[in-house]
Amino acid sequence: MGAAIFHAENLAVTYTSSRGPVKALEGLSATLGQGEFLSVLGPSGCGKSTLLKVVSGLLKPSGGSVSLRGVPINGPRPDVGIVFQQPTLLPWQTTLDNVLLPIRTLGLDLGAGRTKAMELLKLVGLDKFASHYPGELSGGMQQRVGIARGLIHDPALLLMDEPFAALDAMTREHMMMELQRIWMAAGKSVMFITHSIPEAVFLSDRIVVLSARPGRTIKEFEVGLPRPRTLETMAEKPFAEHCNALRALFTDLVKFE
Amino acid sequence: MSDRIKTFLYPLLAFIVLIALWDAAIRVFKVPNFILPTPYSVLEALQRGYIEGLFWKHFFFTLQSMVFGYALGCTLAFLLGCLFAESRAVEQTLLPYVVALQSMPKVALAPLIIVWFGFGLESKVVMVALVCFFPMFINTAVGLKQTNPALIDLMHAFSASPWHILTRIKIPSAAGHIFAGLQIAVVLGLIGAVVAEFVSSTKGLGHLISAAAVNLETNTMFAALISLAALGVAGSLSIRLLHARIVFWDKGSASQTAATE
Repeated sequence: MGAAIFHAENLAVTYTSSRGPVKALEGLSATLGQGEFLSVLGPSGCGKSTLLKVVSGLLKPSGGSVSLRGVPINGPRPDVGIVFQQPTLLPWQTTLDNVLLPIRTLGLDLGAGRTKAMELLKLVGLDKFASHYPGELSGGMQQRVGIARGLIHDPALLLMDEPFAALDAMTREHMMMELQRIWMAAGKSVMFITHSIPEAVFLSDRIVVLSARPGRTIKEFEVGLPRPRTLETMAEKPFAEHCNALRALFTDLVKFE
Repeated sequence: MSDRIKTFLYPLLAFIVLIALWDAAIRVFKVPNFILPTPYSVLEALQRGYIEGLFWKHFFFTLQSMVFGYALGCTLAFLLGCLFAESRAVEQTLLPYVVALQSMPKVALAPLIIVWFGFGLESKVVMVALVCFFPMFINTAVGLKQTNPALIDLMHAFSASPWHILTRIKIPSAAGHIFAGLQIAVVLGLIGAVVAEFVSSTKGLGHLISAAAVNLETNTMFAALISLAALGVAGSLSIRLLHARIVFWDKGSASQTAATE
């Protein structure tokens, strides 16, 4: 792990709902090193999406602190890129214009942005689809456009919120390979939120395991598997051992409830 | 035979049958011309009206009040709809009035509008604008509010300004709804124009109908009705074409517009 660029310390988020306050996160701590791939793994309803909203600056935590590159996160920041669960592309804009969206909203140089966008589309394998509309692309392709959009403004941190959850199993495996390749080429720090154990093990350098709601860190886990990992890696013993160890954690969690 | 040909051929056949039945009924039952004109005398009235030119000033008068009123009403409705959807304070202030005005039959205002805006074109334009306003206003406001929250979150996360979110995200997202509003407004606007002409006018297709009724010239009335139908169809079709062209990414919504009428 390189020098830490991201810290979350005892993070707590409490929502007020009509039935009184609801704790979504409580005592969540995590650090992320420069260029590291970190997965946040947790059962459904562990506040993963709340964490994403806090880190992307859309939601203020009610306790604890969260900082990126030494500066507390108080609102949306240009040095964070996001890839959502759904591709959420604008159907009336071409692939290229969708990738350029953050360049426009942040008021960055459009000419340089175009060159960068074409490079990124090449990286995600969609350079031939630059002038297509999202409706003409498959789910996997749309999500790759989403990844290119998340990287276009050269963020220090790329947040990914279960980006493959809406894809079918085969596309999903393919996208895992693709993401590993893109991550190795782009050299970004990634925080990857997921509830899939194999996905987390396959992709991550390190995994932070959250408890069920309210989410708090219950374990940090190093994945020492060599890179690049392939589909064969998933069939090998060390991979299965990692998965089993994680699964055991969740089984224990369920027992305690 | 292909479906395409059938969609033209079947209505055409039905039309011919209808005309034949109409003509036969008049001959068999000896219906006097002042109750139901023969198809031929309607054709004659249309010919007299549009070839000899008596109808044109009426046609253009109605068209003019329609176009100006529609543009005025829909533009105001769109702007106010945006304001309504964007500002909670504006919504809270205006909502009871919107509900009250929406529930009132707007055509009941026609006599008052004549009193305020005179017998000429102005009162017709105002009437058309008034009836066009509500469907457009409601559809704009509802459409803007139904923007996918994930898209708005995304824009916030990318530090987009409220103006950018409104113009680049919400308005395109609401385009289907907005066009449905425009479509309904065409039909209602035409009703508004005719009602205002009924109340008081010296020109227009509505005026032509009420004037012909006094003399029991039913063939002129039919000819004017056909002209109004043509105006309505032309307006609806233009909006539908615009819809399909502008909202090209949403094939479903363009065909839905027809169903909302």
